Formats: sequence, C-alpha cells, structure tokens
Amino acid sequence: MPQVTPAPPRFQHRSIAEYVAIIVVLALVLTSVMNTAPSLDKLQRGTARLFAPSGFLMQMFPPDFSRVEHITWKLVETLQMAVAGAALGLVFAVPFAILATDRLSPHPVIKIAARGIIAFFRTVPDLVWAIFFIIVVGLGPAAGVLALMIDKIGFAGRFFAEAMEEADTGPQDALRAIGASRMGIIFSAVFPACLPSFTATSLFALEKSVRGSAALGLVGAGGIGVDLKVAFDLFNYDEALTIILMMLVLVVAVEQGSSWIRSKLI
Amino acid sequence: MNLPQFVGTTAGPALAGPVLLVSDLSKSYGGPVVLRGVSFAAFSGISLAIIGANGSGKSTLLKCLIRLTDPSSGKIEMLGQSVGDMGARALRQFRSRVGVVWQKHNLVPRLSALSNVLHGVQARMSGPRSWWQWAAPAEVRAEAMACLARVGLADKALQRVDSLSGGQQQRVAIARMLMQRPELVLADEPDASLDPQSGEDVMRLLSDLARQDGLTLIIISHRLEHTLAFSDRIIGLSGGVITLDVATSQADPAMLRRFFDKPTE
Repeated sequence: MPQVTPAPPRFQHRSIAEYVAIIVVLALVLTSVMNTAPSLDKLQRGTARLFAPSGFLMQMFPPDFSRVEHITWKLVETLQMAVAGAALGLVFAVPFAILATDRLSPHPVIKIAARGIIAFFRTVPDLVWAIFFIIVVGLGPAAGVLALMIDKIGFAGRFFAEAMEEADTGPQDALRAIGASRMGIIFSAVFPACLPSFTATSLFALEKSVRGSAALGLVGAGGIGVDLKVAFDLFNYDEALTIILMMLVLVVAVEQGSSWIRSKLI
Repeated sequence: MNLPQFVGTTAGPALAGPVLLVSDLSKSYGGPVVLRGVSFAAFSGISLAIIGANGSGKSTLLKCLIRLTDPSSGKIEMLGQSVGDMGARALRQFRSRVGVVWQKHNLVPRLSALSNVLHGVQARMSGPRSWWQWAAPAEVRAEAMACLARVGLADKALQRVDSLSGGQQQRVAIARMLMQRPELVLADEPDASLDPQSGEDVMRLLSDLARQDGLTLIIISHRLEHTLAFSDRIIGLSGGVITLDVATSQADPAMLRRFFDKPTE
C-alpha cells in the first residue's frame, strides 16, 4: 500500500506582526468608509430626488440638441487641446526619460533629479496643474494645453524610461564598443528597440489627454468642460446630457482609433 | 609551467611589431580573481586564438582589452596606445580603431541589415546622418552596401535583421565591423550560437576578410576544429592564468582538448 502523505495545514502560521498589520488595514478601511461614504438613508433620499418627476435625471431627457453645432466646435477645440498637450508632453518626456535611466543618464545626480521631476509631474493631478496655469497664462485653452503637457511628461516620462531600461543592452554595448557617441547609441540602438513601447505609451497618452481635456474646462482651462459647467450651473440638464453624450462619442472614437493604430504598428 | 614574460612573441607569421602587448594583467570582480598575471603579445596580421573552459576568463580578457571592463592591475598597449591611461574621449577614439564581433551578434533587431551595417560608420562620424540609412550620405550608403556585398548579403540590405537566419545575422555583424574600418578585430566566440555549418562559414568568412585586409584577428574560440583551422597562434587560459602558448602548426589537438568544456570530434 503506498504511503499516504498527510495534507498540509489549511492555514499557515502567522506572526503577531502579521495579525497586527491585518487589524490595522481593516481598521483603516472601516474608519474610512464610516467617515466618508454616504449613509443608506442619504442614498435613499438622493435616489428618490434623482428619479422624481421634477428631478435631475428626468430633466436631462430628452437631450437638447439645439446647440449641437456650438458643442461640436467646442469638442473640436477639446480634441485640439488634447492633441497639442499630448504632443508637447511626449516630446518633452523623451529627454526627461533619457536622463532618468541608469544606463543613459550622464550622472547619478541628474538621474535622481530627472526621476524626481517626472514623479512630481505625475503625482500632481492635471486639474491642479490647470488651476496653476490659469494663474500663469489666464483662462482658456492655453492653460489646459500646458496642464496636459505637464501631466503627459509625468505619465510618458515614466513609461519611456522603463522601456529604455528594459531594452536589450547588447546592441548598445556593441555601439559603445566601436566608439559611438551617447546620442548615436540612443538614436541607433535604444529608440528603435523601444519603438513599439513608445508608440503604445504615446497612444495611451493621447487617450488620457482627451479624457483629461474634457474635464479641464470645469476649472476654466478651455474646451467643452466650460460649457458643461455652465449647463449645470444654469440647470440646463438636457444640454448637459447632450454634451456628455458627445464627449462619450469623442472619447470612444479616439480609444478605438488608437487601438486600431496600435494593432497596425506593433 | 614557466612562461616567458611575453609569450607568443617569437613565432607565427609576424609582419611587424606587436599591435597588442598585455603585461601582468589581473582582474577580479571583488571576490574571486578572474585573470591573474596575464601577459602576451600579438603581432600585426596574425590570427590569435584564445581558448579555455567556461569561466577561465576569456571574455573578461577581451572586455579588458577595450576597457569595457577596467582591469584591476596590469598594462595593455594596443595599436600603439596605452589603453589604461585614456580619458573618455580618447577611449572612444581608440575603440573606433578596434572592431568587435560578438557571440550574440548584438544587432538592432527591428532595423534593416543596411541600417545596422551603417552604424559601423559611427566609429568615425557622428550625427543623425550616421543613425539611419535613409539619412546617410550617398558615399556612406555605398560603402555599407559594399560591406554587405563582401559578406554576401547585398540582396538582403533592406530586410529586417530579425527576419534573417543566425548565420546571416552574424555576417551582418561582420559587415558592420568592416564598415568601422578597424585596424584590429576582436571576436568573442562568433560561432557559438550557430549550427556547425553556419559557424564554420562565419569563421571562414571572418578569417578570409581579416587576411584580405591585413587585420590582426584575436578570436575567442570554443570549437577545437575552428581553433586549429583559423588561427596562427593559440593561447590557453585555465583559471585566469595562461597555461599554453603555441603556434597552431605545432599544436597537439589532444593537448588542446583539455581547454574545451566538451570533447570536440
């Protein structure tokens, strides 16, 4: 009869520190939910107001398409802001990313500084950048473009740097061994190897930019968000729904387009 | 085994003075010593094979020669220059005179054969016109095509290198080395990742091209038959120490076999 190996215990033995960590995490989640999440009573009253005959949801339907031409032009402006912000951000992300890599950065201090700047740009939300640039350049799309640019430097800078770190070092070493310059190595060996990753990141940056640009108008940084805020402020919920639906069409179209381009290029 | 201070200086088809003089070279990566008191010389125009089992220090020696890794001690003089004393700029200029053929060809996979070969011009030219074949001056493109023709791949010029066979990729790497117009060639097991026939073809091509151009060839080899067929002198490394230095014509295959990990037929 073959020897039967007993099954291992169902649960692994845990240390006191692990139990304490689990209790701390659970306490954090519970206190957060209790202090900030809406109560059931509040949710019930809110839902009733939403679906009441004179409520917010009922006033949205049917959507008001009377200003569709104006909204279309504002959407075009939103798309232009997104494209300009993403393009400028991607262009400036490349040098930041190069300086942030272990192998290509000219000095460790420069590398740390570049990584710090990228992390800072990425950590501060684009709405905060928009408010900052409204103070600098005034209300309008220019502030939005600058906010999107900074946000994209943070987003793409990180992914570009990661792609360059992961690129095969063999071709780079081969060019270094024949005396090629740093720029020669970057343009001849690093960029071609990273092209698929760079393309994917750039398209994601454009998608993110389009979504972001629609919201930036809420703080006055140009684009369709301005009209959305005005529609809500004036209780024109039917027009607001039209704007939301058209924004949805734009975002979905850009996402589908970028997916198609990714599938063709990569 | 007692070796003279500079072994390999008295035999072989020497054409002129030594182009490579290695004196008492040692290298350790903090822990174990990889190279210990290595001294040898190589003369212009000869083909010198360096053999040894895995971990014997062959590749480290080759990297030390062009300072891809810095030796712990010792002196290297190559092509009339003291390799250890160079600053960054001088080192770049020195490296441009030395061609390297790698075990793994180290080409840029997504680029065409022509673009990869053209990168060799970066040894003497910088700027965007040396980065992409479409931007290169006509004479540089023509030279790159001539290099591809010398390795028999002119018809594959615009083909991506990752679509070529292993042997073809190694030939593109050799063409890139030719494009560099080197004065000395280091080859780190160029036949290692190839099937026997492709490996022999690559070794023959490399040997023939070096002979035609009068280049000194220093080959790290892991195949006994290639060592015997394509070298003038053989240096054997064991545990980071040179324990053999012999003219290939006088080498005993049975004696060489102990330097290879696996018996070679």
